[in-house]
Amino acid sequence: MGLNPVEYPKCGAVEFKGSVFTLPVLHLHSVDLRVVVEGLARHLAKGLRFFEGAPVVLDLGAVRGQALDLVALNEHLRAQDLVPVGVRSADPEQQAQAREAGLAVLQGGARIEREEAPRREPDSLPLAKVVEQPVRSGQQVYARGGDLVLLAPVNPGAEVIADGSIHVYAPLRGRALAGVRGDTAARIFALSMEAELVSVAGHFRIFEEAPPGSVHRRPAQIYLDGERLVVRALDPWKDPAHSI
Amino acid sequence: MSEIIVVTSGKGGVGKTTTSASFASGLALRGHRTVVIDFDVGLRNLDLIMGCERRVVYDFVNVIQGEAKLKQALIRDKHTPDLYVLPASQTRDKEALTKEGVGAVLDELREDFDYIVCDSPAGIERGALMAMYYADHAIVVTNPEVSSVRDSDRILGIIDAKSKRAEEGEAPMAKHLLITRYVSERVAAGEMLSIDDILELLAVPLIGVIPESESVLQASNAGVPVIHDQATVPGQAYADVVARFLGEDKPLRFLEPEKKGLLKRLFGT
Repeated sequence: MGLNPVEYPKCGAVEFKGSVFTLPVLHLHSVDLRVVVEGLARHLAKGLRFFEGAPVVLDLGAVRGQALDLVALNEHLRAQDLVPVGVRSADPEQQAQAREAGLAVLQGGARIEREEAPRREPDSLPLAKVVEQPVRSGQQVYARGGDLVLLAPVNPGAEVIADGSIHVYAPLRGRALAGVRGDTAARIFALSMEAELVSVAGHFRIFEEAPPGSVHRRPAQIYLDGERLVVRALDPWKDPAHSI
Repeated sequence: MSEIIVVTSGKGGVGKTTTSASFASGLALRGHRTVVIDFDVGLRNLDLIMGCERRVVYDFVNVIQGEAKLKQALIRDKHTPDLYVLPASQTRDKEALTKEGVGAVLDELREDFDYIVCDSPAGIERGALMAMYYADHAIVVTNPEVSSVRDSDRILGIIDAKSKRAEEGEAPMAKHLLITRYVSERVAAGEMLSIDDILELLAVPLIGVIPESESVLQASNAGVPVIHDQATVPGQAYADVVARFLGEDKPLRFLEPEKKGLLKRLFGT
């Protein structure tokens, strides 16, 4: 049996590309492994099959400075069918242990994010960004730190993004992401709801066909009610005092 | 002052070159000195549609790279005295189209011509970007189907972001929508987007509608732009487009399904 000739791909054997993943983060509130394992088992017993085989990041922000056997924890997690891939908010001692356990040390953490979140002070409210031209396929408009007001259509394939709310006084046919830095009170308003995707503070919904029949091509608003993204028709205001 | 018009679309096969050839011919037929440039380096077609492919000696890239003088590369159209064709290179890399090189050639053409028509290649790469970069007007060619309209929308966004006028904060490029390969029967049957659907999405003024017709293909194969045959529907429709571009008021026509007369109904077509 002869050796197969080595084939070299034209584009090179390997290639690095950046990509963004959403990973579940497991926040540790104790360094006692028995407590952690028991708590985890209770969580998984609730039928959260979603996490089976899932890569997880361990957030050690709550147990910084405490001695933690990461190698043993790693094994326990794997036994529960989780795949730990890294730690964050770890102190230097824990970081060294993480490397030993074959885990990546990730930058950033919930605490840092909170510090970066926009502070809304009355005298420094950013003005809304106003766009008068259509936002076309492939274009992206971002209102940093405030609301985004669009006076022309947002076409399919276009993306409008705001730290605050998004107001479209025209058809919204593309993607709209409000509250992208975590403002759960942000809303999306459109005079004609035809969006492909809407998102508030990271809770998103894809309208594969079209938005629900009751709001399709009609004035509508989208907001967060707890964890639920609500899509609701924007009916003209009726003054209760005058309605019979 | 001469004006530069880019004929563009994003999507391929929608009728850019056909439109460039007829539009440029139409301007020249009205006595305006006109040149039409093929920006599709590597896949040149304009010379075929204009019926001058055998007379191509030097091309646009030769001129940009200083290997030929502009006058040597310009081909005089055999149908219309005031029309010239600047063909694309069949062999060069499209990277040969540099911003400076294209700008210099256009500046030289401006001295001699009233209208410079740039036939853009499909896509959104260098050839297409260079074709639209210096333009004063854009004719965006769209077919009544979703993917073509989406690509036109993309191109309109790029024009507003990446043209010279946009970069230098001048008045935005004038945009005109041309719907081609329109079949009124299929629109009526709901198989094609209607003009209203397209206008609602693209929000650009309509300069004309060219119905789908065999005569376009016949004209292409014969190397005579279809506008020269005023007995055909597309020929008349393109003449209307030129008139509207020059500011004349021409109502749209050929939008309704053709009414079959009694004889046709009895004997078929």
